[in-house]
Amino acid sequence: MGDLADDVLSRRLLFVTGKGGVGKSAIAAGLALLGSQQGKRTLACEVDAKGNLADFFEVVDVGFQPREVQPRLHVMSMNTEESLKEYLSLQLKLPLVARVGPLARTFDFIANAAPGVKEILTIGKLAHEVRERNYDLVVVDAVATGHIVGQLRAPQAINELVSVGLIRDQTDWMLDLLGDPATTGVVVVTSPEEMPVTESLELLDALQDTNVDVAAVVVNRVLPELFGRGEEEIFDALREPALVGALREAAGDKVDQVLEAAHLAVRLRRTRSRHLARLREGLDPTMPVFYIPELFTRADGLRATNQLAVALGEEIGY
Amino acid sequence: MTETVSLEQLLAAKEIVVTCGSGGVGKTTTAATLATMAAIHLGGKVLVLTVDPARRLANAMGLESFGNVETRVDSAALAAGGVEPRGELWAAMLDTKQSWDDLIVRHAPDAATRDAILANPMYKNVTGRFVQSHDYIAMERLYELHSSGVYDLIVVDTPPTRNALDFLEAPARMADFFSSRLLRWLLVPYRSRIVSVASKPFYQIADRILGSAFLQDIAEFFMLFQSMHDGFVERAKAVERVLGDRRTTFIVVSTLEPSPLREAEFFIKALQAKGLHLGGLVLNKVLPGYLLDPEVSAAADKLISAPKEVLSGLEAEQVAELGDRSTVARVLTEVGMSFRNFQLVGKREAEQRAELATAPEVMVSVPFFEDDIYDVAGLARMGEQIWR
Repeated sequence: MGDLADDVLSRRLLFVTGKGGVGKSAIAAGLALLGSQQGKRTLACEVDAKGNLADFFEVVDVGFQPREVQPRLHVMSMNTEESLKEYLSLQLKLPLVARVGPLARTFDFIANAAPGVKEILTIGKLAHEVRERNYDLVVVDAVATGHIVGQLRAPQAINELVSVGLIRDQTDWMLDLLGDPATTGVVVVTSPEEMPVTESLELLDALQDTNVDVAAVVVNRVLPELFGRGEEEIFDALREPALVGALREAAGDKVDQVLEAAHLAVRLRRTRSRHLARLREGLDPTMPVFYIPELFTRADGLRATNQLAVALGEEIGY
Repeated sequence: MTETVSLEQLLAAKEIVVTCGSGGVGKTTTAATLATMAAIHLGGKVLVLTVDPARRLANAMGLESFGNVETRVDSAALAAGGVEPRGELWAAMLDTKQSWDDLIVRHAPDAATRDAILANPMYKNVTGRFVQSHDYIAMERLYELHSSGVYDLIVVDTPPTRNALDFLEAPARMADFFSSRLLRWLLVPYRSRIVSVASKPFYQIADRILGSAFLQDIAEFFMLFQSMHDGFVERAKAVERVLGDRRTTFIVVSTLEPSPLREAEFFIKALQAKGLHLGGLVLNKVLPGYLLDPEVSAAADKLISAPKEVLSGLEAEQVAELGDRSTVARVLTEVGMSFRNFQLVGKREAEQRAELATAPEVMVSVPFFEDDIYDVAGLARMGEQIWR
């Protein structure tokens, strides 16, 4: 790692993963947007096929064919059947994809029933784009923490099963590409909450079982410090019954709930700092960690994605 | 039909509850809560089964760890919730590899086949590593536990969805696969040395892609599996049947954030399309309603725009005791600003809820807790908010 790690975007293939709900797709979108703003020809790819990633750029109908949605930023949605067709036409030099129609259907059938095929088609397509240098940066909105190790291990697993043949040649170069820390990295997104931190630490441990390096940890939704030095004591005093009575007179009867909401924010932040500390303790000290503040935005969309890109850029040090 | 009005009534009439929804919405906690409440109030033996590859449930249940074998949750822990439990609470987690091995042992026609399968490299990889084998074995294990008759109610927590209903389709897909002509076709060259001319190009291509040694491994794997074909297909169909009948209900879990909620709606539609029973929608982490109260909002505005004026309403010595006047004013402003930040999120949540197109009969909201639930008492506290 070392110097490499200083700039996460110097790697060319980033798998962004995290527990559901921590903002994995948003961070993937933010990283991709930042990359494109830094002048890199960037591909953002969603593998979940939920159509979420497109929302972060406010575009519709994102399919397997990448679409330029912002200058230098291309977005696609993974489709393993399309990936297989592309692979067959490229690798087997079969003249017409139409001719392999029945074959593709056959394999799609296997892909659904025989595990591992979908994973390898997903990883294969992405690795291919990197190897061919079609893009400077490929950001993958990857599967969630529970599944990412299985996905990243698929080439290794298949490599161990298949000792010769075309697939073996394919998994060989894929493994080289995935295993090169200058090229490939995993970005683990988490939030400063109990389960996300616990799962992220478990994931970082499990990732050692793959040949893929971890590029960075992104802590999303860090609550800003509400009060400055010495101000929290004042806030606590303001919540004493006598003062609340006086404040009601001055600001309205329902000032109680305003204080309650602030108290909720204070307690939330306190709890989150504990989890943050636990995360830090569990991390290798050389691991780059980026902190993204809770942005209190109105909605997901290009505006919010831009804010994330700015926040990520500041943390990375642009 | 009698109207179902509460989770209590719903669960009292069911044997299997499946919680589903996108990741991070509190699905596991909800499953654990429902099981805890059922054990406390409905009695009998209640099992919560997590099929999530990440080990969350043990954490939420306050247990050190638990595995494929069901563990009883200490009844003292249940009683700590303030209520004398009427029943027993049990918990189990899916161990994919172990469950597959058990299945093979059960279905293998003889010891030789059993050992050959367990030693086959393809089998080891399929069961140990790949994501999708999880879905099937989860439903298989649920069926096994249910048909054992030991538990009165089983609450299952599903894996975070990639394709929402993958796990539901897994049994059917498995049955299809083992019945398929394709499979028999693939196995032809390994059953007989005579390969028909018509199928030759297929094998040539398959050979080029996969390599013949691998094809042989696959063939061996499936040939061995074929010996268990009937048992397997029958079993898969039974699993599917039990998920589809009236003993089973599905509870969709979500937060009021846009993307989980959209997934929840997708789930609801998919369940309806499949004719599966939608029991209810649990909305987690719902922010307090006062965030939307215009009078509260007006008070916050006042703190932001005129903190000094608010302070002048207080007695001078009260303010002096607090600290420097301008610092106190700043604190008031910050309190108001913080309210506005959370209000923004609260408004978004309210809009999301209003936009919910199809709402099931039972819809409950769990208030926002600032800390994660880490013990059974906490689960019971959460449960009391949604149970009746």
